[in-house]
Amino acid sequence: MKKTRFNDLHRKMGGKMIEFFGWDMPVEYSGVIPEHMAVRTKAGLFDVSHMGEVLVTGKDALRYVQWLTPNDAAKLAPGQVQYTALMTPESTFVDDMLVYCVGPEEYFLVVNAANVDKDFAWIAGHTQGFAVKVVNQSDDYSQLALQGSLAEAILRPLTDIDLAGMKSFHWAKGRVAGKAGLVSRTGYTGEDGFEIYTTDPDPGIIWTTLIETGKPLGLLPIGLGARDTLRLESKLMLYGNDITDKTTVLEADLKWIVKLEKGDFLGKPVIEKQLAEGLKRKLAGFEMAEPGIARPHYPVHYNGQKVAEVASGTFAPFLKKAIGLVYLPIEATAVGTEIEIEIRGKKAKAKVTPTPFYKRAKK
Amino acid sequence: MYPNEFRYTKDHEWIKVGGDEAQVGITDFAQHQLGDIIYVELPAVGKELAARQSIGVVESVKSVSDVYAPVPGVVTAVNEALGQTADLLNKDPHGQGWIVRIKIKDKKDLEGLMTAGDYEKYLEGLEH
Repeated sequence: MKKTRFNDLHRKMGGKMIEFFGWDMPVEYSGVIPEHMAVRTKAGLFDVSHMGEVLVTGKDALRYVQWLTPNDAAKLAPGQVQYTALMTPESTFVDDMLVYCVGPEEYFLVVNAANVDKDFAWIAGHTQGFAVKVVNQSDDYSQLALQGSLAEAILRPLTDIDLAGMKSFHWAKGRVAGKAGLVSRTGYTGEDGFEIYTTDPDPGIIWTTLIETGKPLGLLPIGLGARDTLRLESKLMLYGNDITDKTTVLEADLKWIVKLEKGDFLGKPVIEKQLAEGLKRKLAGFEMAEPGIARPHYPVHYNGQKVAEVASGTFAPFLKKAIGLVYLPIEATAVGTEIEIEIRGKKAKAKVTPTPFYKRAKK
Repeated sequence: MYPNEFRYTKDHEWIKVGGDEAQVGITDFAQHQLGDIIYVELPAVGKELAARQSIGVVESVKSVSDVYAPVPGVVTAVNEALGQTADLLNKDPHGQGWIVRIKIKDKKDLEGLMTAGDYEKYLEGLEH
C-alpha cells in the first residue's frame, strides 16, 4: 500500500487507518462528528498527499488546457486557480480538477487520488498537435489542507506568504514552517482555508508545526470520514459518486464551469445539443423527511417508480440531518418534490432541497 | 471493562441474563469501531429470532452494521430511548445503550458464548 510522507505521524496521533484506492490513509482520529464540527467552527488539518499533480508546460499549454476542459483557462492570470474538469467527447467526466496558472506556458493540474493513472494517461494521450510537455509529479508532492475560519490565523505566523492579501482561488509560492512550497486559498470543505503543496522529501515539520500552533485554538487533525461529510454538506462533487464517465457536466449541475464562448473543446458539441434539447435528468439535493440515512446506491423512487440510485448520502453532522444527492428525472428536480429512498427494503420519504445544503456566512 | 456477568459473541454483541429474559447490546469495542452512532433501527416487539438473525441495524456517520441475536428468542422490549439518543450506544454501551430484551428459548444456547475473559483474549487476537 502507498503511504504519504505523514503516515507515521497519523499513526502516532491515533489515526484509524484504512485503505483508500491503494493508499494507507486516516479515516478518523477523534471521530467524524467532532472533526467535522472543528472544521465548521474552528479549524482542521488534512493530509491530502494522495491527490495527483500534473505539470503542463510549453508554447501551447494554454490552448491545450482549453481543449481538455470546459472552463475558460484564458481568464486565469498567473497566481490564480480554477475549478474545472477533464471531459470526454461525450461531455462526461474523466475527472474534476483544479488548474493553477503559473503563466500562459505553464499550468499545474491537481486531480483525484483514485484517478491519477487514468487521468495522466488521458492527458498524455491528447497532446498530439500541441507543443506541450506533461509530467506526472504526483509522487514528488505532499499536500496538506488547512480548513476553517481560523486557518489564516494559524498559518500566518508560519509562512512568509501574504495570506491576508490572498483572495479565494489564488496561490503563491513561499515557505511554510521553513519548507519551500506553494499555498492556495482553496479547499474541499465549504470553509475558508488553504492547501499547501511541497516537494520537500521530509515535510513532517509542516504537519507538526500546524498541529502545535492550531491545537490551542481548537484545530483537530481530520480524516477521510469528515472530509466526505464536509464536502457533501457543501455540495462539492465526489468523483465516482456524483460525477462519473456516465454523467455529463450539465446533468451534474455544473453549468457554471462551462464557457461556450471560449472556443472549441472536448465535449462542447454534446453540451450544445443538451442545451438545445433540454436535460432529461439532473443532480439534485435531498434531505430525509423520515428516519433513516440514505447511502450510495440505495434505490430512489418517484411517483411509485424506481428512477435512480443515491449518488452520495450521509448524515450531515453540522446540519444534523440525513442528506444526499441523486440524479432525478428533470420533472422531479423542483425544490419540495417528494421522493422516496429505499432503505433496506423499506421506503422512507425524502424531499428535494436547495443546495448547497450548507453555505458559510460571508464575512 | 467487560462485565463478568455478561456473555459475548464474535460479532461483538453482549447478552446479560436475568431470569428467563436477557438484555442485548453491542460491546464497547464495537461502538469504538463504528464511531459516532446516529441511528438505530429496532425490531418489533414479539419478533421471533433465530440464532445469528439480525435484530436491528446500527448506523454511524460512515457505516451501517447489523446487530445479531446472540441466542434464539423472542423480542420482549426495545430500548425506545435510542430513537432520540442513539449516541447512548457510544456513551454507555454496556448499560443505558442496551438495544433489546429477549425471552431466551433455551438457556443451554448460552454455553456457546464467550465469557468476559474469553472475549478480551479474542479482542487481543484481533488487534495483532
